Parts: sequence; structure tokens; C-alpha cells
Amino acid sequence: MLKEIQPTGQKDTRSGFGDGIAEAARKNPNIVALTADLAGSLKLNQFIKEFPERFVQCGIAEANMIGIAAGLTIGGKIPYTTTFANFSTGRVYDQIRQSVAYSGKNVKICASHAGLTLGEDGATHQILEDIGMMKMLPGMTVIVPCDYNQTKAATLAIADYQGPVYLRFGRPVWPIFTKVEDFVIGKAQVFSEGTDVSIFACGHMVWKAIEAGVILQEKGISVEVINIHTIKPFDTEAVLKSITKTRCAVTVEEHNIIGGLGDSVAQVAARHLPIPIEYIGTNDTFGESGTPTQLLKKYGLDTPYIVAAAEKVMKRK
Amino acid sequence: MPPLKDIATQIRRDIVRMVHGAASGHPGGSLGCTDYFTALYFKVMHHNPQFNMDATNEDVFVLSNGHISPVYYSTLARAGYFDIKELATFRKLDSRLQGHPATHEHLPGIRIASGSLGQGMSVAIGAALTKKLNGEKTVVYSLHGDGELDEGQNWEAIMFAAHHKVDNLISTVDWNGQQIDGPTNKVMNLLDLGAKFDAFGWEVIRLEKGNDVDAVVAALEKAKTFVGKGKPIAILMTTAMGAGVDFMQGSHEWHGIAPNDEQLAKALAQLPETLGDY
Repeated sequence: MLKEIQPTGQKDTRSGFGDGIAEAARKNPNIVALTADLAGSLKLNQFIKEFPERFVQCGIAEANMIGIAAGLTIGGKIPYTTTFANFSTGRVYDQIRQSVAYSGKNVKICASHAGLTLGEDGATHQILEDIGMMKMLPGMTVIVPCDYNQTKAATLAIADYQGPVYLRFGRPVWPIFTKVEDFVIGKAQVFSEGTDVSIFACGHMVWKAIEAGVILQEKGISVEVINIHTIKPFDTEAVLKSITKTRCAVTVEEHNIIGGLGDSVAQVAARHLPIPIEYIGTNDTFGESGTPTQLLKKYGLDTPYIVAAAEKVMKRK
Repeated sequence: MPPLKDIATQIRRDIVRMVHGAASGHPGGSLGCTDYFTALYFKVMHHNPQFNMDATNEDVFVLSNGHISPVYYSTLARAGYFDIKELATFRKLDSRLQGHPATHEHLPGIRIASGSLGQGMSVAIGAALTKKLNGEKTVVYSLHGDGELDEGQNWEAIMFAAHHKVDNLISTVDWNGQQIDGPTNKVMNLLDLGAKFDAFGWEVIRLEKGNDVDAVVAALEKAKTFVGKGKPIAILMTTAMGAGVDFMQGSHEWHGIAPNDEQLAKALAQLPETLGDY
């Protein structure tokens, strides 16, 4: 039962990144970290302390940082670029497109402060379009881990994974409920099996999906909660296996419902097994200032909305 | 090896024939930079035509203004990276010689895609940092259009290279004074480019005769003497767009159009076949 999944602690996912890159760098001498004046926010302190010669401060110049990262791969370095998700994607889309993705460079674009849960800084910084932009790039792998442990696991895993990667994580302190060893790139993580409804979630919203799943199970509904932490390459098999049983789905993401996880699930369904889907995410809108909790409520991403969406989609079967 | 001037003449022949064959492409900047490419690949740079993407223990070249791909492709083929016959496929379906240089089709000699302007200096800096991290004494060369310097990313890179003492980087600006919509001083005036690089902390070398291959060799050799001295090195290279073909020379009109049959014949009459056509 989902209520047996209890947090083992609370930490921000960006600290999972910071701890992960330091550990990865101890194992692999080719890892280089770059930042655009956000080393502190991205928790690079330990990395810089241990490997100062492998740290590249670019100043507030993200386009240059992406290009330098592409160049660093010539000769075998594995560059991890670090800044906020907005400045990691929209601001440098063409640099990523030409110098990284089209050129097939082994660059890891590591992006913190994604989504509404960035909070008070408001819409200029709360990017809700980045998953869509990144998954559209041919050859780009897109990973959205759900907690501290999974972010750490993903940070370690991408070092041994050839090709460009977009790794998206966030700012707030969040429950820790997964094990590092359970993460495999491209393999969906099943938290509960069921036959009534599938809930597919990514990032911070996985915990909200589990909370919703607990409520649904208490109501006697047989719910599958599945973490799609890898948006691309997409685990089509896991989604099909689930919806074949449940015949309906809810998708949950801290992202515009246009272009995100929901679209990826819908495409699989439309191609192989058409079913009703309800989408939880921002609905073609920018965010605003507020606390993470307030924002998730206001934009319809909090637990009760997931419960309601599940009940609604089951009636549409 | 044939004299550098003969190599340059053959490359110019290749350029006009390739652009004519594709009925598209960029002859102006390609012809203007032919002497630079000849000097670099046939005299100055330590490179291995048995292509290796990682460029271990060899120099690296990054072309930022990717639209002058004809001169790049001809140079690589003539230097032995691939068969010169392949030049006939330029800009055609299923070719490795894409309109703008790409790694995607695995053409030997290309290490980064370019075409969307202003990105090459950053890439060159990254490659230069890797050389340093790997303990190599090798050099990274890059080429940039002058109009391309309108792109802000260049100035991020120029600031970075000086701050981080990337002194194994020799970046050359093709200062032909022309861009698509007209002369650079009309479209976006570069003013005193030398003073700008100097103020940003670079070693600046002025090369007035960018279409004299011996002068280009001399400038590049001079630049190499500054490697390892704490500053990135800029060569401001004055060239004539379309150099070598009288009716193309000195005008932005030939930036991105192909000669017709009659114009091709007229151009080839000025460029004797020195090494054998592809």
C-alpha cells in the first residue's frame, strides 16, 4: 500500500546534484563542472573544494558556457553545466541545438530551480516549458528526478551515459522517499500496482501523486502510481503495460501541459491504446510569486486536484 | 608539396566549381579566407588527416562562420582528410558536405557544427581548456567573420578567454568589412576592433595582407610566439571578399549566391588548374 511509503528525510533535489557531482568526480577524472555565477545555488561547493582545477566559472554568460562545454568534449572531458533551468534552456536553446545536440556532444546540462516550486522569484525564473524544449531536440536525453536520492543517482548515472543530457531538478526542500540504487535511466519506477487508474508523474510531483494515491486507495480505488523520471528516451513499455490494465490515466508534472510528460503519455496512448487522460500541470500560463505550497494550490497541482482528476478520468472510461 | 600559392589557386577553383555545382553556397567569404586556410592546413597547424575527434596531441581548428564551408571542405579534401571527388556532392542530398559544416554525417575534419553564428569562439575556448587540463602544449585556432562579431556571445567568450588566461588560443577575424546587408560600417560599425580586443585583454596582431599567403603564414607564426604567455591571441586579418575572382572581389553581393555557367567560365579563366580538378 502506498501509505507504507514514508519519507526517510527531507532535502532539496539540488543538494542531491551537488553531492552527486562530487562523488561522480571522485570516480571519473574527466568530469568538469561549469557554472554561470550560480555555483552556490547549484551546491557545487564540495566539488570546487576537492577539484578546483576542474571547475570553470563562466560569469553570467550562459551562451558562452554551453559553447565552452561543447568544446571541452573534444579531448574527452565530460562537462556538467550548471545554472537555473530557465537559463539552461530557453536562454541558450540555439547554442544547445547546434553546438551540443546537432554536434552530438557529451554535455550534461544540469538545471536547478525548475517549475513553480522555485517560489517567490516569480515567472521570470519559473520555467514551465523546458521539458518540451529539450525533449524536442533530436538525441537529447531528458531526466526529471523526484527527490534528493534520485537526483544524486541520476547525476552519477549520466557520467557513464554517452550523449547530451538535460537533468532537471529544483529548489525546495522535499521529502526523500526513493533509494539511490533504484534509479535506472529510461526505466519507469512503479510505486503501486493497480487496475482502476494509472497516475504518471515526474519530478517533485511524484510525491504529490503518492499522496493522492494514498487517498484513492483509502477510497478503495486500485491505483498505479508510476514515476516517469526519464521523459526521453520514454519508457513506452511501462506506460502501455499500465494502461492496458487500467484503461485510463492522469499525468502530473510541474510544467505546462503543452509539451511535457502528459504529451508524451498521450502520444503513446494515441498510437497504441487510446484511453481517456486527465492532465495535471500548468495550463498554458506563466507562474507568479508565492510560496511553493501556495503556487501548487493556485495552479491546480496539489494533491486534491490529482485525486479529483483520477476520479474524473475513471468515469470517462 | 606544391607551392602554397598553387594550393590556394586550386582551392579557389574548387570553391567556385562547388558553389556552381550546387547552385547555392557562399563564395565571397570562402575566396577571401582561402589564403588563411592554405597557410593553416599546409604550413602552420600540426594536424593529422587520419581524423580523430578527440584531437589528442594535435592542434584543433574551429570554424565559427560556418557558411564559408566551401573553402573548409576543399582544404580538408586537398589536405587528405577525404577524397576530392566528394567535393562534387556539396549541398546535395545524402552528402557529408552539408550546406554548413556538421559532425552529424561524420565528415573527417569537422569537430563541431557551425552556421548559426557567434558560437565558435566559445567552442574553441572549451577545446583549449581541455588541452590545458590534459597537459598538452598544442594550440587551438579559430576563424570568425567580422559581421559575426555582432553576436553578443563572442564578447562573452572574449571576456572569458582573457580572464581565464586561455593563452593557447589563436582566434582570427576575417575583417573584410562586408556582411549580408552591406558594408559592416553601415550595418553595425565595428569601429576600432583592435582597441576592443586590446581593452578586453588580448594580444592583438594586425594582418593587413590577408590575401597574401606568405603574409598569413608570417602572422600565424608570430601569433604562435605568444602562446603560453598569459593572453589569448587575436589576429585581425584584412581580406577582400571574393579575392581571386575580379568580378566577385570586394563586394557583399557575392556573399551567398552562385555563379551561372558564363560567370563560372569567367572565374575559372582567372584560376588555372594547378593540382587537378576533382
